[in-house]
Parts: sequence; C-alpha cells; structure tokens
Amino acid sequence: MAHENIKVNLYVWRQNGPNDPNAGIKVYSDLEINTHMSFLEMLDVLNTHIIENKDKYPEGPVAFEHDCREGICGACSLVINGRPHGPMQGTTTCQLHMRHFNNGDNIYIEPFKAKAFPMIKDLVVDRSSFDKIIQAGGYISVNTGGTPDGNAVPVPQDVSSEAMDAAACIGCGACVAACPNASAMLFTSAKVSHLGLLPQGKTEAAIRVKRMVSQMDNEGFGLCSNVGACEADCPKEISINNIARMNRAYISSTFTNDH
Amino acid sequence: MKWIIEFLLSSLGKKLIMSLTGLFLCLFLVVHMLGNLQLFLPSPEGMPEGYVFNMYAYHMTHSSLIKIISYGNYFFILLHALQGILITVYNRKAKGGKYQGKGVSDTAAKMASRNMIFLGVLLLAFIGLHMYQFWAQMHFNSEMPVMAGIIEDGEEVKDLFAIVSVAFKQPWVVIVYLISLLALALHLVHGFWSAFQTMGLSNNKYGPIIRFVAMAYAILIPLGFATMPIVFFLFY
Repeated sequence: MAHENIKVNLYVWRQNGPNDPNAGIKVYSDLEINTHMSFLEMLDVLNTHIIENKDKYPEGPVAFEHDCREGICGACSLVINGRPHGPMQGTTTCQLHMRHFNNGDNIYIEPFKAKAFPMIKDLVVDRSSFDKIIQAGGYISVNTGGTPDGNAVPVPQDVSSEAMDAAACIGCGACVAACPNASAMLFTSAKVSHLGLLPQGKTEAAIRVKRMVSQMDNEGFGLCSNVGACEADCPKEISINNIARMNRAYISSTFTNDH
Repeated sequence: MKWIIEFLLSSLGKKLIMSLTGLFLCLFLVVHMLGNLQLFLPSPEGMPEGYVFNMYAYHMTHSSLIKIISYGNYFFILLHALQGILITVYNRKAKGGKYQGKGVSDTAAKMASRNMIFLGVLLLAFIGLHMYQFWAQMHFNSEMPVMAGIIEDGEEVKDLFAIVSVAFKQPWVVIVYLISLLALALHLVHGFWSAFQTMGLSNNKYGPIIRFVAMAYAILIPLGFATMPIVFFLFY
C-alpha cells in the first residue's frame, strides 16, 4: 500500500455552546494528511494544527467525541459529507480511513442533527436520550442466589443469532442522524428485539416495548416513515426488520394484555 | 378507555392510523378502477353509448350502502391527509435542519419514501379537481345531460359518460391526470409496503412478497386508471 500524503479541505461545523449565534461551517483548507490515518486521527492532526497556530485560529480546537477507536463503543459520531459515519458501508467514523478520500477533496463534517440530541459544542451532541430509553426498559430480571448454570436455559441457535444481530447495535445514534425525521426506531427496536427474543428477556417483553417506545416518544424523536436510511447508514447494519418486530410487539402488547 | 387514547397518540399508534386508512384507500382504488373501467364496455343492442357505465353510476348514487361506504371513504381520505400533515410537521421539528454535506445513502431511501408528503398533497389537490369534474357535476349540476329515453325507477339517468368523454378530450386534463397517476404510483409503491411494515407484518419471509405485491399494485392500478384518459383522448 502506498504511503501517500493528500491535501483535503475541511468544512467543519463550529459552534461554541448550545446557543452560539455565530454557529456555522468554517473551512480549513489544504490540510496535509496521510492516507493511512483514520478519520479521527485526521481530526487530531487538524486540532494540532489549530493549536499550533492559535493566532490564526482563535476559535480553538474542534470538539468531537471518541473513545475506543476500534468501532465497538459507539462514542464517535459525525455526519461526513451528509452521511452519518461517512460514505463506507457498515463502518464507524473511527474505522473510516483517509485512503477512501482523494487529494483536493472537500469534506463536510457536521454534528448529528436531531431535537432529541441537543447540541453541546462543535461536533458534540448530547445523546443521553438514548440512555433514558435504555433505562426505561433495557434490563432483564434475574434470580438472586448462587451462580446459575450457564446452560440451564436452552436458546435455539437461530434465535440466538437473531438476537445477536440486534445486540450488535452500539447505540451511536447514526440511525437518528440519517433519518429525515430524526426517528429513533432502529435503535429502540434493536434493543427491544435483542432482549425480547431471548428467553431471559421474555419476562418483561410486553411491558418493555411499551415503556421504551413511550420514553422514545417523550424524548422528542420523530415518527418512522420507513425510509430505510437508518439501515443503510447504520455502522452495524442493523436491519429494519427489527422495526417491524417492535411494531408487532407494541401492537400485540397493547391489545392482548390485560393492563 | 385511557389505554386506547394513549395508544392512538403514541408514535406507533399514529403510524398505525396512517397504515390502516392507507390500506382502506388502496382497497377503494381497486373497486373504483374496476367500476370505472366499465366506461369501455359496449352498450347492449339499441342502448345509447356509455349505457353500462351510466347505469353503474346511477346505482352507485342510489344505494344507501354505497352512501355509507363513500362517507367512510371521504373520512378516511381526510384523516389520512390530516394525520400525514401533522406527522410531517412534527417530524420536521424533530429533525431540526438539513445537512450541508450532500451525500445520500445509496442502498436504501428511495425518492418516493422521502417525498410522501409532497406526493400526498399533490394527490389531495388532484382529488379536489377530480371530484369537482365528476362527483360535483353528478350531485349538484342541474343542467347535467341525461341519457335520452332511458328511465330507471321513474327517474332520468344522468349521462356521466358524456361528461367524461368531454373532459378527456382536453389535453390539459389528460396531462394533469397522467402526472397525478404517476404521483399515485410513487405514493403507492412506498405506502403499500410501508403500511405492512408499520403493522409489523414484514419480516425476512414476508418482506420480499409484500414488496413485490406493492410494486405490482403500484404499477397496475395507476396503469388501469391511465387507460381511461388516454383511450378517450385518442379514440372517442
């Protein structure tokens, strides 16, 4: 693989706090980067450059979120050229590499947009509405006492695979960012499916779906219009079949339960 | 009762209203198309042109069962439209702006699914025009032509066929109808599938079948309707 340096022009959303009247795109031209860098390393280079040239860039370094940088934690976000986590299929921002960009490219970097993800600073938004949805029903009951036998509960292989596919959701919020309605249906349905499919999660299955959907509504997410942009941009490729499953569970939990 | 209201006001309940009213309207379209295709049926010996269609129209306007269904139909159209507008307004607010980057996911998100409200408003406007042209004439026009010499239950039978053939002789009417039917096709191809997804009936097994039926339905129904303005414009 060639060791290559390219120059890119970054169009970065800058916003100094939730209510900054001067918020907008700022252009950083001719940033020289190595194609082996990940997208976040490229932003590290940009920030080093900004810090080293304080006089030229009084706005200071760009705030962005990151943690594991290996595609499993869900901390990184960013809408890159109009797509959450950038142009690559099934890839988080931290796993997106600069070799997918060309010399002279203009790259738009924006925060996730949704009323339920309030702006904090620059590219950082508050995604704790997802935590509240999890708190509303993302748990299972377990027996107290001694350590249970690992194989005591039989789980069929296909059920386990299906639940695992849903459990792959890292809760990054790309589904909300991709959705024209800022709907959190893919996230919520992934969690409802992951727990509801497995025998361990059946106890609360009916009440879980109602509580999580109700919390999702309270957080101010939009309504799903089955566009499918979430599924296309999800870094973990969660299927919208989960949404249908959640709709099914919600309707049946409403009409078949006595409470 | 509280639980029903809570359900209907939940995000999924609101969507279910869209889904069920939409499917009712899908059913209506089939009946409406089959009924109107009688425009092409030949008249029995000695009867004037369009006899079969005019008799059909007569009975449709003189049946109390049809009257009840038609009021249901108007109600569902209005409910579907109003709910759709309310949801769109809510969703726009929830989104809080567009991205300046122009990339759009290429694997999904077809044009129709992102423009349901635009297509829907266009269709609502079309329904207004369509009802003015035919429904309103049938009900309120005192100078509506009648079929000469035909008396049914002691009443003259209105010649809706004549109104249709005059309307479809005008190029602008034909163009407006064809554009609206294209909008209908796009609205249906997403809406039909979407209704089943919202009801939770789509999965790996049924999903492909529903998408296929949606595609077939969205092509055949508008095509069936399109034959009427085209054939009348060219051949009558």
